[in-house]
Amino acid sequence: MSGAPSRTVEYLMQVSSEVSPMSVSADGSPLPVTIVGGYLGSGKTTLINQILNKASGRRYAVLVNDFGELAIDAQLIESEDGNVINLSGGCVCCSYGNDLTSAMMELDTSAIDQVVIEASGVALPGAIAGSLSLLTSYTLSSIVVLADCVTVQSHASDKYLADTIARQLASADLILLNKTDLLDESQLVQKKDWVRSNYQSARCVATSHADYPVDLFLTEHTSRDVNQCDKTNDSETHLTSVYTTFKLEVKDKYNVQQLAANLAETEPGLLRVKGFARDLSGQMQLIQIVGRRWNVRPAPVSAKEGIVCIGLSADNLCSEGVSARAGLI
Amino acid sequence: MITIYSAKKIVTMNPARPEATHVAVRDGRIIGTGALAELEGFGAGTLDDRFANKVIMPGFIEGHSHAVEGKWWRYVYCGFFDRMDPHGKVWSGVETIDAVVERLKQRDEAMTDPETPIAGWSIDPIYFAEKQLTRKDLDRVSTKRPIGIMHASGHIMNVNTRALELAGFLREGIDNGGLPLGDDGLPTGELRGPDVMMPVGAHAGFDSNMLDFDEPGLLDFGKLCVRTGVTTATDLAARLTDEIVGIGIDVTSRDNFPVRLSAYRFHHGLTPKELVRQVMNLTEKSTDRFRLGRIKIVADGSIQGFTARINPPGYYNGAPNGLWYIAPEQMLEIYELALQNNIQVHTHTNGDEATDLAIDMLEKALQKFPSNDHRFTIQHGQLVNAAQFRRMAKLGFCVNHFANHHFYWGDEHYQFTVGPERAERMNPCRTALDNNIPLAIHSDAPITPIGPLFTAWCAVNRITGSGRVQGHHERITVDEALYAITMGAAYTLQMDHEIGSIEAGKRADFAVLEDDPTEAEPFALRDIGVWGTVQDGRVFDASQL
Repeated sequence: MSGAPSRTVEYLMQVSSEVSPMSVSADGSPLPVTIVGGYLGSGKTTLINQILNKASGRRYAVLVNDFGELAIDAQLIESEDGNVINLSGGCVCCSYGNDLTSAMMELDTSAIDQVVIEASGVALPGAIAGSLSLLTSYTLSSIVVLADCVTVQSHASDKYLADTIARQLASADLILLNKTDLLDESQLVQKKDWVRSNYQSARCVATSHADYPVDLFLTEHTSRDVNQCDKTNDSETHLTSVYTTFKLEVKDKYNVQQLAANLAETEPGLLRVKGFARDLSGQMQLIQIVGRRWNVRPAPVSAKEGIVCIGLSADNLCSEGVSARAGLI
Repeated sequence: MITIYSAKKIVTMNPARPEATHVAVRDGRIIGTGALAELEGFGAGTLDDRFANKVIMPGFIEGHSHAVEGKWWRYVYCGFFDRMDPHGKVWSGVETIDAVVERLKQRDEAMTDPETPIAGWSIDPIYFAEKQLTRKDLDRVSTKRPIGIMHASGHIMNVNTRALELAGFLREGIDNGGLPLGDDGLPTGELRGPDVMMPVGAHAGFDSNMLDFDEPGLLDFGKLCVRTGVTTATDLAARLTDEIVGIGIDVTSRDNFPVRLSAYRFHHGLTPKELVRQVMNLTEKSTDRFRLGRIKIVADGSIQGFTARINPPGYYNGAPNGLWYIAPEQMLEIYELALQNNIQVHTHTNGDEATDLAIDMLEKALQKFPSNDHRFTIQHGQLVNAAQFRRMAKLGFCVNHFANHHFYWGDEHYQFTVGPERAERMNPCRTALDNNIPLAIHSDAPITPIGPLFTAWCAVNRITGSGRVQGHHERITVDEALYAITMGAAYTLQMDHEIGSIEAGKRADFAVLEDDPTEAEPFALRDIGVWGTVQDGRVFDASQL
C-alpha cells in the first residue's frame, strides 16, 4: 500500500475519532500506545520508517531505542534536538536509550494522538506493556511483533535467544512474518504453520519489506465525523487486493464483550475489526480489535450500529460466515 | 623540586624493591624509592617527614564504581550497616523499621516546607525482623510529603501513601508484579524494578538520571576517595553527554580535586557504530584526570533482581531466566569495531550465561581482528566457573569481581537466588588467579561503599552478613587482595604503566595508612585507618577535607 490512506482506513480513523477522543489534553483519558517488537533484523525499523514518512494527518510520538537505522525523509524534519526529532505534521520521534519509562513520563502528550514504541531487539514487549499499565496517561492499543521468516526458527532454538524470541512472539497480538520474498511458496507455508501452531494468541500475516497497512493497527483516533459508517461497503477496493473488507449487520442487543471476544477468535482470523453494537442494557459500545486483542468501551448514543472487518482475501472471508461464527446470527 | 617522604614503611607492590623507607617525588611523579641516602643522588630535595609514623601504599584503584555516590549522599542514608559519608561522618546502620522512621523524622523536622519530598537510600529490609516495610510505616513520618527509600540493591523502592497518590497508583485494580497489593487491595508501597520505581521515585525526589553525577556530587565523591585511600576511580556506566563531560573535565582539573577518574560510556541508546564513533571522539577530550575513550557494555541484569541470565539449573527459587540488555550480534559488532579501533570494552555480566556470551563473542571478534593486548574485562562475572576462566585466559580476558557482594547479599544468594553450591563459588577470586586471569575486585559504589581495604577484606575472608564463611576455597591471600586493589585494577584500566605501584617513573599516587596491611591479621584488614592520600604529588589529609 502506498500513497494516501485508503478510504477503508479513513473510515476506520473516522469511526473512532468522535467516539473516543482519547488525547490526554482533551479529556484526561489515556493515549493509545502500540508496541512494535521483534528481534534484530526482523524489519521493525522499516515498519517505523513507514509510519514516520507517511503523513496521515495523525500526530504520532514514535519512541525508538536509538536513531540508528531510521530513514526519515529529510524534507519532513523540522528540527532536531539531541534525543528528539520534530517532523512536519506534528509527529515527533524520540530515542529513549535504556530508560523508556522516563521517556514516556517526560513526553509532552498534549499535541500527540498516539504513541508507537519500538522495542529494542532483545526487549520483551509484554514487559513493556506491563510497565505501561502503570502509567495512567497511556493505554495499550496492541503489540505487533515482527519475525524474519528466514531466521526466526533458528533464533527460536538459539542457545542464547530461544526464550527471548519465544517470549516476544507469545506477547504479540499481531505477528508480521516478514521478508517472505526470500522464501519460496512451500518454505513460506512451513514457516506460517510453525508460527501459527506455536503462537496461537496472535494473528499472523506474511509480509515482505514490512509492507503492511500500518493504519490497520494505528487507527485509534482522529477528529472527523463519526457518521460515515454507511460508506464502508464500497471501500474495500481501496486496500490492495491482499486484504478484504466487509461489514457485519448488527441489529440486536448483545453481550458486547462476548461478541468482541468471539470476533477476535473466529477462524480464519480477522486482522482488524471496528464498529458499534448495543449492549444488553441498550448502551452503545465501541468494539476495537487488532490482531487478537479486543477492546470494548462505551460509545456515544449518536453512533450507528455496524461492524467493519478486515482480513486477508486469501482466507475467503465473508460477512455471513464471520457473523455465524461470532454468534451474531 | 624534589620532595622526599619518609614513612614507617612503604609497601611498593614493586617486586624488585618491595619495601622502602623513603620515596622521592618530583613534579607529581615518583623518581625513586629506597633509603634516604640512595635518593639523595637525585640532587637536593626537601625531606618531608609528616608520614614518618604512617605506612604508604600505592594509591588504591577502584575499578568499578559510579561517581554518582557523591550525589546520593544528599538522600537520607537508611542502610543496615554503618557507612561513612563524604564529610567523614559515620552514619550508624538502622536495624529496625522504627529506626528508619526515626531517621526520616529527623530530616522531616529539619525541613520547613511540609510538601517537599524526602528521598532515602540503601535500606535493606531483609535484615529486619519484620521484613515487610509498607507505606503505612513511612506514613508515620509524613502523610503530606512524598517519601521514597531506595533499597541497597538498587532494584526495589519503598514509598509512602502520598508518593503513591501523586503517581496515581493509590487505586484498586492494579495488576502488575512490580506493585504488590495489601489486604485492602491497594499497593503496599513496595516498588519492584526500575519500571515501577521510576514513575513514583520522581515524585519522591529521585533524579531520573540515576547515574549522572553533578558538580557538588563529584566533589563529594572525591572526598570519599581520599577517606578510603583511592587515587584513581571509575565512573563505569556513564552517559557522557556534552554536559556531563563538561562537568567532569572542569571538576577534575581543579587543584583540589584528588582523583583520576576513568569514565566508560555505556552502550545503551546508540547503535554499535555510533557508540564507537562517539567514544573515539571522546578520546580526544580526555584529560589527565578525566579519562575517556572506553566502553561499558551491560549484557544482563542482576542476580538478586532475578534479571541475570543464568545457565541451567537456573534460579534456586525457580524464577524464570533473566533479561538480555544487548543482542548477541550487537555485542559482537561492538567488540569487532572496538578491537579494530583499539578501544577497550568492559562488559557487565552477572549470570554465567551472559559470561558465556561475552566469551563466545570475543572469541569470534578476535578471529577477525586479532589483538595481543586488548584487556577486555568482565565486570562482576559473579557466576564465572572454572571452564569459563580457562577460555577467558586463552582469549586475554581480565575479570573484576564484586567481592563485596558476599558480605551484603551472600546469605540471600545462598537461600534464594542460586542456592548453596553456586553461592559458595560466586566471585571466585581464587579460581581466577589459579587460571592466571588478571584480577581486580570492586565495590560498585554506591551499591556498596567504596573502600578498597574493605573490598580486600571481603575477598580474603568471604564472610556473609550473618557471619558465615561462604566458599573457603575461593578465598585469596592478603597479598593477592592488595595486589588486586592496586596493580590488578591498574592493569584492567590500562594504566599499570602509570599507577598501581610505587616505583620510579610512576605517578606519585599514595594511600597513606595508619597501619601495615601486609602485617595485619586477615580479619583486621578492614579496620586499618586511612590518613588520606597523595595524588599526583598533591597531599590530601582526610581530616582536613
